[in-house]
Amino acid sequence: MSTLYVSKAVYDQMRAHGEETYPQECCGAMLGRPDGDRWSVVEAVRAGNTRTDSAHNRYNIAPVELVRIQRSAREKGLEIAGFYHSHPDHPAQWSPTDFAEAHWLGCSYVITSVAQGKATVTNAFLLEGASEEEKRFEQQAIEIGGQ
Amino acid sequence: MTIFIPTPLRTYAGGKDEVEVAGATISEALDSLTESHPDLRRHLFTNEGKIRSFVNLYLNDEDVRYLPAKEQSKVSAGDTLSIIPSIAGGAE
Repeated sequence: MSTLYVSKAVYDQMRAHGEETYPQECCGAMLGRPDGDRWSVVEAVRAGNTRTDSAHNRYNIAPVELVRIQRSAREKGLEIAGFYHSHPDHPAQWSPTDFAEAHWLGCSYVITSVAQGKATVTNAFLLEGASEEEKRFEQQAIEIGGQ
Repeated sequence: MTIFIPTPLRTYAGGKDEVEVAGATISEALDSLTESHPDLRRHLFTNEGKIRSFVNLYLNDEDVRYLPAKEQSKVSAGDTLSIIPSIAGGAE
């Protein structure tokens, strides 16, 4: 199992975001640096959920917001390491929708279960595979740093 | 013009996060990109040669799908083209 390194502050921010938007899904990007064969996430960037029609069980980040996030990351010398979202009153496991809509190969997808408004389990899944046709999610261990 | 490469595709672009290309239109710029980095083609285009549905192209801050001339839009040296795979999902 690979490991995703996340600073304590970022880990807490992602989980707090899920609690704030409950009962709707939150979403955002994780910025970091490659650290050997793993990502080291140092910043979480909140994004708006454009799926206002079904925000309790769907999320979508506007591409133009991603363009700006990618630009901002580059200016800071960081990269988009992955994305996070919450599952209100659902387990912190990827769903068929999560899988079908995942296209950032080599990046991590972090999911936090928020039960009755309280963040519970947070899991990370690496989107593995050399192409869209071969992609698969593999669970990662989350190592939480001290900052 | 400059094409910005998203994290997942850098492996196929020599590890670079941006590539300078020549071309009078977006389409020509993409051709130039995939000529210099052929492995990118199958990640960006379908077998029929169309941009994959989940790949978004932004000319500066404009979605190429909504430009009147789409991929035939003219570009200049100072323009940037961002390649951004979509991000979506949900619990059910």
